[in-house]
Formats: sequence, structure tokens, C-alpha cells
Amino acid sequence: MMFAAALVAVLVSLGLAMVRAILGPTMFDRVLAANSTGTLAVLTLALIGFVAGRPEFLDIAILYTLLNLIGTIAVLRYFHPSEY
Amino acid sequence: MAVIVDILSWIFLVAGGAFCVIGMIGLIRMPDVFARLHGASVTDTLGAGFIITGLVLQAGLTQVSAKLIIIMGLILLTSPVATHALAQAALHAGIRPKLAHDETGGHIAGAEAGAGEDESSNS
Repeated sequence: MMFAAALVAVLVSLGLAMVRAILGPTMFDRVLAANSTGTLAVLTLALIGFVAGRPEFLDIAILYTLLNLIGTIAVLRYFHPSEY
Repeated sequence: MAVIVDILSWIFLVAGGAFCVIGMIGLIRMPDVFARLHGASVTDTLGAGFIITGLVLQAGLTQVSAKLIIIMGLILLTSPVATHALAQAALHAGIRPKLAHDETGGHIAGAEAGAGEDESSNS
């Protein structure tokens, strides 16, 4: 029950991040929304693992945390090849 | 004892969910990119921290809680790096922060418009 409440809150914030990703006037707003989406996806995976009683989802969450940083840096490097 | 841990975990989970929603509301309502970074930081630190602390309290002293602490450490390491890279890339791309009073005196790299006016308005 308590996991479901936190899961609903995280899913609502995922929807709000999607709104910013669609509205975002510049490319950096969209990258920022994608970065927040990655963090919230990690939290969603951890909470789903506890709701379903299968903590194996945490391995996927660790992978998502690393991919999130690499994805953000890769997009920023694509737009500014001389930096980073 | 188990009841106390349950109540603490419930408080942490609800606080984490509330901070996630608050941060994302900030991401929508803030005026420009550099201000929106604050909202994303609230979600990355307080939201994720509280939710993972609540899950660790539920898991107890097991392998699951070790993995959760690894996830928390990775988020705390990678989120400031991504935020800093994003802010620097936005500044290099020519986006300037919206300032009510330019207290840097126009010293932000590449900012050229209206330095004299801002100095007179500061004094």
C-alpha cells in the first residue's frame, strides 16, 4: 500500500516531466526533462520491484542510473563537439 | 520495533513522493533553463534520497538494501555532473539567465547588452 502511494507520486512527476519535454522552448529544456525522466524511471523500477515482491528489478535500476548520465553527456556533446 | 520502522519508512516514502512532485512542478513553472535546473535538483536529491531511504528501511540488512545504497550513491554522483554539463552547454550556446539586476556587471561570458544600465540600477 505504501509503495503504491509513492509509485503514484513518482508516476505523476513522470507525467509533469513529459509535459516539460513537450513544451520546452529550447533543446536544453528537453535534455533536462529527459534527465529527470531517467532519475524518475530508476525510482519507478525500484518501487515496482517492491510492489511486485521481486527485487531483481534493482539491477536494471543500477543500469539505468549509469545510462542516464551517459545519455545526457552524449546529447550535449553532440551539440557541442568541442566541449567535454 | 517493526511498527516503528514501518511508520518511519511510510513517512520517508510519502515525503519522497511529495518532493518528486514539487520538483517537477518547479520544472514546469520556472521561467528559464537555469532556474529549471533547481526543480530537477530537488527531484534528484531529496525525492530520490527519501524514497530510497524508505525502501532501505523496508528491506532491512540484506543484499537488496546494499543495491539500493549503490543506486543512491550513483544518483548522487552522476546528477550534479549532468546538471553542471547542461548548464555549461546552455551558457556556451548563447542562452543567458534572466536576471532582475545584473550584479555581475555584465561579466557573464558573452553578455554584452546593457551593462551600464545595470550598474546604475544597482547603486
